[in-house]
Amino acid sequence: MHNKSIAELRRGLHSGEYSSQELTRVFLDRMQRHQALNCYITVTEEQALEAAARADAQLAGGKAGALTGIPIAQKDIFCSKGVKTSCGSKMLDNFISPYDATVVEKFHDAGAVLLGKLNMDEFAMGSSNETSHYGPVRNPWDADAVPGGSSGGSAAAVAARLAPGATGTDTGGSIRQPAAFCGITGMKPTYGRVSRYGMIAFASSLDQGGPMARSAEDAALLLQVMAGFDAKDSTSVDRPLPDYTAGLNEDLRGLKIGLPREFFGAGLNSEVAARIEAAVDEYRKLGAEVRELSMPSLQLSVPVYYVIAPAECSANLSRYDGVRYGYRCAEPADLTDLYTRSRGEAFGSEVKRRILIGTYALSAGYYDAYYLKAQKVRRLISEEFQRAFAEVDVLMGPVTPTTAFGIGEKTADPIEMYLSDIYTIAVNLAGLPAMSIPAGFVGDKPVGLQIIGDYFTEAKLLNIAHRYQQVTDWHGRIPQGFE
Amino acid sequence: MQWETVIGLEIHAQLATRSKIFSGASTAYGAAPNTQACAIDLGMPGVLPVLNEQAVRMAVKFGMAIEAEIAPYSVFARKNYFYPDLPKGYQISQFELPIVGNGHLEILLDGEIMRIGVTRAHLEEDAGKSLHEDFHGLTGVDLNRAGTPLLEIVSEPDMRSAKQAVAYMKKLHALVRYLEICDGNMQEGSFRCDANVSVRPVGQQEFGTRTEIKNLNSFRFVEKAINYEVERQIDVLESGGVVVQETRLYDSARDETRSMRSKEESNDYRYFPDPDLLPVVIEDALKEEVKAELPELPDAKRERFKSQYGHDQETASVLTATREMADYFEVLVQKSGCDARLCSNWVMGELAGALNKNSLEISASPIDCERLAGLLQRIADNTISGKIAKQVFEEMWQGSATADAIIEAKGLRQITDSGAIEKIIDQVIADNPGQVEQYLGGKDKLFGFFVGQVMKATQGKANPAEVNKMLKEKLR
Repeated sequence: MHNKSIAELRRGLHSGEYSSQELTRVFLDRMQRHQALNCYITVTEEQALEAAARADAQLAGGKAGALTGIPIAQKDIFCSKGVKTSCGSKMLDNFISPYDATVVEKFHDAGAVLLGKLNMDEFAMGSSNETSHYGPVRNPWDADAVPGGSSGGSAAAVAARLAPGATGTDTGGSIRQPAAFCGITGMKPTYGRVSRYGMIAFASSLDQGGPMARSAEDAALLLQVMAGFDAKDSTSVDRPLPDYTAGLNEDLRGLKIGLPREFFGAGLNSEVAARIEAAVDEYRKLGAEVRELSMPSLQLSVPVYYVIAPAECSANLSRYDGVRYGYRCAEPADLTDLYTRSRGEAFGSEVKRRILIGTYALSAGYYDAYYLKAQKVRRLISEEFQRAFAEVDVLMGPVTPTTAFGIGEKTADPIEMYLSDIYTIAVNLAGLPAMSIPAGFVGDKPVGLQIIGDYFTEAKLLNIAHRYQQVTDWHGRIPQGFE
Repeated sequence: MQWETVIGLEIHAQLATRSKIFSGASTAYGAAPNTQACAIDLGMPGVLPVLNEQAVRMAVKFGMAIEAEIAPYSVFARKNYFYPDLPKGYQISQFELPIVGNGHLEILLDGEIMRIGVTRAHLEEDAGKSLHEDFHGLTGVDLNRAGTPLLEIVSEPDMRSAKQAVAYMKKLHALVRYLEICDGNMQEGSFRCDANVSVRPVGQQEFGTRTEIKNLNSFRFVEKAINYEVERQIDVLESGGVVVQETRLYDSARDETRSMRSKEESNDYRYFPDPDLLPVVIEDALKEEVKAELPELPDAKRERFKSQYGHDQETASVLTATREMADYFEVLVQKSGCDARLCSNWVMGELAGALNKNSLEISASPIDCERLAGLLQRIADNTISGKIAKQVFEEMWQGSATADAIIEAKGLRQITDSGAIEKIIDQVIADNPGQVEQYLGGKDKLFGFFVGQVMKATQGKANPAEVNKMLKEKLR
């Protein structure tokens, strides 16, 4: 049952082949058995079984919604009412959210069963899931490797069949990079497509929630539920929601694919490059035209990102002050002591580093040189993407320069860690949709192909990913020990 | 040395929206602590602000009333600082691109009209309140006020005295109430002021170093605080010192200002555009809509009163100082059908005096237009004299009876029957032969004595004109 796709599970539930309670129990058992992966911060067993019972009643009564009875898991960045929502931080270890994020509400309304809350880098700041207060997540393909981050728990859980699908968030690659490292399918939608209300903010102008699943088809089913205008999020975009599964099988003949030269430079591992080239060849066979193009400003995306994201996070994380909720230090002597010790004791070093960088970049006398300059370059990057999309339909390249690296390998050198997101960051700066899909292996470890589209072309990206998954089986591989 | 004072004011007007500027929670004053603060006001993880359109409309309305530029594109920014009553650790405000640009107001002082520039007005959210009493050494935080919409109105440093500053503040106070964008309640903090004050030798071009006096919540405090601060700065300079740029607090109990923090200790607010909110775009259509909704403004009303009612500048200004007073007056004229001068005398005299004595706004007057009109009609038709009318007014103030009812019940109707008056006059003359002799001997001043005696005998009810006329005849 755990190896079935969401589409298959829907059919099984509707035909009465198995109940949601049975299905939910299967996943809860697997979660229990594979605790060593450390995917889940919170398991909501009781609520899950209750929800499954309700779903079974609805299925029996013929009143099922889009995902009625389907178990899913939420990244622990989405606030869920009455459930601990930690954001991977000691700061929120005691935080029980009084409200549901819009995304959580939508899954609830669609009838999905919440299995639990998934591990992640602290406040989504990290590329390896090693900054989590709850310890690193292990990669199902290699227990000594990282699953990627920040949505590391989500990617590992889906790859290990500890959830049929999950949510993630992507600020600089946090859905795509772990999807690539764990061999699953992940999508970062267009900025504004999925509501950010109740999704704990890291960098507000970059954050975007999206689906993580085993196939493009499953990702489409999840996105259908997650996406849509939300009046509670001013940056959410009010435009009609397409049917994401309707066009999955559309023909790809004549599709124009662009390969930015900058994605295939010196930093790219040659074996990863070979897998990407092979995947592009597969698209040629499907009738696509492929051409190279140059996007020189992409190389500025890492420095631009590491000004803008920390600047926004430095303000976004100011609310964690020990006054109203969250961690408070013991016996503060005065107000300053309350602030400094609460924040000093509860934030991890990566979070502190980014708050410091951001505070510095926004300070009087530095603002123009850093923040304002970064915003200008950000616009240049967006414009460069627009010029590219005047020529081609989508861009393709690697998601990451290498396959999953070892736990502890890059923790000592933050710059090297930051460079692991070099191919994903520009997409967030421009607000574009992009996917990561499995495109083969280097040794035992998966490689991800990145597909980047123009604004609001999620349906097209899913179609492109789905067609590839019809002619390849990389996405169907199961890591050893999780069959 | 002769010193010149330079003053600029920053006024925070709380906008009279029903809900907060970025959330749906109520803005009503006086609820139990933290009962009007939703997840957004509390700065919960993951929450997002959504701009209240009503607040934007009110800001535009204000901008149009002071003939200011309305920014077609304005931006909300985060002002970062830590304080327990600031839930997010930043205040959402406007910094580089405010919604209202350059405008102006005219004030009238000692018969002269003066134009005061308004540099800008911007929208922002209020913080909560820290409560230092009743918590046994701890501090309580009430976030009911957090997220209440404010319009911060910044003037040019155009004022040269505390009196001018107060006149400007009063004018602004009247304006926001005319526009119905702020209730103007200063006790509740709906309208408060920070004053920037400096002095310079007369004739000097550059400004002196300024200090900022925070949170002045009455006209009287503004005047006293500025006067104290001006004296203090002059003393410092004349004794060879320098004025330090700093924030000061006015202590009304001691009538002095005290240093709060100096510029060196001040925060670097690290303003940057709030990525959670889109820029505010004001279309011409909205401006047209708001323009059509604008009421008659104080200056226009004052000019109309001058031409329509023949008021002088002073009377017209006083009557139009608040919309409620002007409305009261106009309804009174209409209902009573009396001379405008009689109406304005009573509104500005007896009524204003009684309201003042009881610290009441005209909207809370125990005597409404209708009842006052009834009284003025009895003066106009000579049923009672002006003097008796004041007595009737006092009775009316205490209860709900009409003027007519009081006049009847107390028998205050004026005696106009000349036979009756003649009898009393004869009696007075008969009772005071000595005074009659002196008067006829040339002591004209005694005429008043006879009038007084007659009025006393009639308990003030005799028609004074009639008494005068008959007395003159009898004492010839």
